[in-house]
Amino acid sequence: MKIALFATCIVDGMYPRAAQATVALLERLGHEVVFPKGQACCGQMHVNSGYFKEAVPVVANHVRAFESEDYDVAVAPSGSCVASVKHQHPMVARRAGHAGLEERATAVGKKTYELSELLVDVLGVTDPAIQLGSYFPHTVTYHPSCHGMRLLKLGDRQAGLLRGVKGLELVDLPEADQCCGFGGTFSVKNADVSSAMLADKTANIRSTGASVCAGGDYSCLMHIGGGLSRQDSGVATLHLAEILASTETEPAAVPGPAGQTVKVVVK
Amino acid sequence: MSRTPLGMPGLRPGSGNLFAEEKFPSAARRELGNAQLRRNLKHATSTIRTKRLNVTGELPDWEELREAGSALKTSVMARLPELLEAFEANVTARGGTVHWARDAEEANSIIHGLVKAEGVDEVVKVKSMATQEIGMNEYLEEHGTAAYETDLAELIVQLDHDKPSHILVPAIHKNRTEVRDIFLKEMPDVDPDLTDEPRRLAMAARAHLRAKFLTAKVAISGANFGIADSGTLGVVESEGNGRMCLTLPETLITVMGIEKLLPTFADLEVFLQLLPRSSTGERMNPYTSLWTGVTEGDGPSNFHVVLLDNGRTNALADEMGRSALHCIRCSACINVCPVYERAGGHAYGSTYPGPIGAILSPLMTGVEAEENGSLPYASSLCGACYDACPVKINIPDILVHLRGKDVDAHRGGMPTQMDVGLKAASWALSDGRRLGAVEKLLPLGRAAAGKDKKIKKLPGIAAGWTQSRDIPAPPSQSFRDWWAKEHKES
Repeated sequence: MKIALFATCIVDGMYPRAAQATVALLERLGHEVVFPKGQACCGQMHVNSGYFKEAVPVVANHVRAFESEDYDVAVAPSGSCVASVKHQHPMVARRAGHAGLEERATAVGKKTYELSELLVDVLGVTDPAIQLGSYFPHTVTYHPSCHGMRLLKLGDRQAGLLRGVKGLELVDLPEADQCCGFGGTFSVKNADVSSAMLADKTANIRSTGASVCAGGDYSCLMHIGGGLSRQDSGVATLHLAEILASTETEPAAVPGPAGQTVKVVVK
Repeated sequence: MSRTPLGMPGLRPGSGNLFAEEKFPSAARRELGNAQLRRNLKHATSTIRTKRLNVTGELPDWEELREAGSALKTSVMARLPELLEAFEANVTARGGTVHWARDAEEANSIIHGLVKAEGVDEVVKVKSMATQEIGMNEYLEEHGTAAYETDLAELIVQLDHDKPSHILVPAIHKNRTEVRDIFLKEMPDVDPDLTDEPRRLAMAARAHLRAKFLTAKVAISGANFGIADSGTLGVVESEGNGRMCLTLPETLITVMGIEKLLPTFADLEVFLQLLPRSSTGERMNPYTSLWTGVTEGDGPSNFHVVLLDNGRTNALADEMGRSALHCIRCSACINVCPVYERAGGHAYGSTYPGPIGAILSPLMTGVEAEENGSLPYASSLCGACYDACPVKINIPDILVHLRGKDVDAHRGGMPTQMDVGLKAASWALSDGRRLGAVEKLLPLGRAAAGKDKKIKKLPGIAAGWTQSRDIPAPPSQSFRDWWAKEHKES
């Protein structure tokens, strides 16, 4: 299968490891990965902040970029950005009165999958340890991001994949379904409420005793990781893709709480 | 041929208690400082969430019921003028009188006129959001009439000279010890040895209210439903105080928002399943009162309905926002909202707090009224409200729509930091080459992070982020650059 990677702007610029890991996973399964060069961002920061007019060129660029390449399906290591591509792009085009763009955006959205969705539903990954060689000898807790959980209805896909990683001990996160408080510009506009939500999320994460908090969205993980770092908690955040791509011969480095790489001692 | 758009005739914004007088972030900051409030809210909302999930989860057709509720309400909004006229005709034919109020002032003046005509200076009240919304109690008090709340929680709030902070549990911000203290201070003839045992508190309220029920000549209620094809009204409640008010006095005045209509009596089948399970987390509420006009020798002999617009037509005129009028005031969205749980109801200013309030208030008043433009931002867009809503109001989408209206309302003025930042971001993020060029600056951010590879302080609006979070040092190269090198592209 020919798979187009949508890295998403935050992973492209801040967490390239997650996109590299996504490429590694797909190639390990024998698929060809292409990276449409014109891609930039899904535009949800603009949409969710009410800047619909400014979102139109961002959406149009995404549609153009993913029309320019020939592929079977597109994938992004983010539930939130995929939900934006699927649900917001047609709406932004409709609101701006671009019927043509709406139709094209809908077509791109239909071919776009969130990573765990693609792995489980399309590529048939049921046993990451065997099919992907996934190995990660750490205690991990998992935060299911809101948009993956509620807009894409990912259900148990991400946690299920984590449970199938050799050496990984998954511990339940109390109040896991509660938002971490990020919400894009919400974290700046309503910084106090956002911080209060984050404080409860990080307290729950720390209560598990896990050394890593995993998730499927680097936006939420940047928020949670930023809090864990400020608290000097010693708990790191890591993307699902990086954990799945980790193997016994090439184990993933567990980053420090703010994203800095810490040397890992493999048992 | 030229045509002049005439717009909607007679649109007027809602008035009364629909306004945030202070921007949400600053009101929320103050409320967040109240540790007792946060403990009370956390305890109360998590209890009710669990109850709701238990009773909605046990119904195999819960999702179909939500669909049916949503479809019925969509049809009501599409046929509202016709259904309102049918409702008026049926109430009138059965001996009731229908009054039409365009806003809070008109409604209050009609109600006061009706009370005055009965020659009384006190009335008993059934808990009603509509009368809260129009500030009726305060209006009547200014005009020499005392309105006594008979719902226990509303009584607590009224005795404390406070404002409700939740649409179903108005005193959710008080714990039982605080309630006991309010009773001891404000309730006449209260037992000075009153404890904070819930049963003792309820008995004290019961004794206090009984005298009012038996002497009141006029009662005022809201309505959960109005049935167009029969003129029937319905109130659902838990305590029986509503039943007392609806049956004992000679005159009953019901204030009902125009969106409360259902086409037929049979439609109650859907809503009497959706409402109690979503609101109190019960399979059925203890008291459901239905009445149609007047019946000789049974209940009030004098019955009035005040149909209230107060900005509802404004909301109806907004194609993206009109489904907010489907709301049946169950409060499920409020109980699952992480922002409400921390900020509490008072931070929203309006009678309607939480996610539904953050859309309903600006839709009814216009987004430019007072500080109502700050309400649609009071959400992380986590989507818990949409999942919980029994009539499937897509609250997150409407919040975003109203943010768009707020941003557009401020275009042309002095640009804010957010305006400047997002305009620049739109330029950079609408072209892969431009974003690639910006990403060449990543090493600068890396240098700024310093030795511990953390950015701990940012200027301007971004300072909100660094008040509780670090930002990691950016990578030395973007994924885009890594890919290009791996694939030998330029």
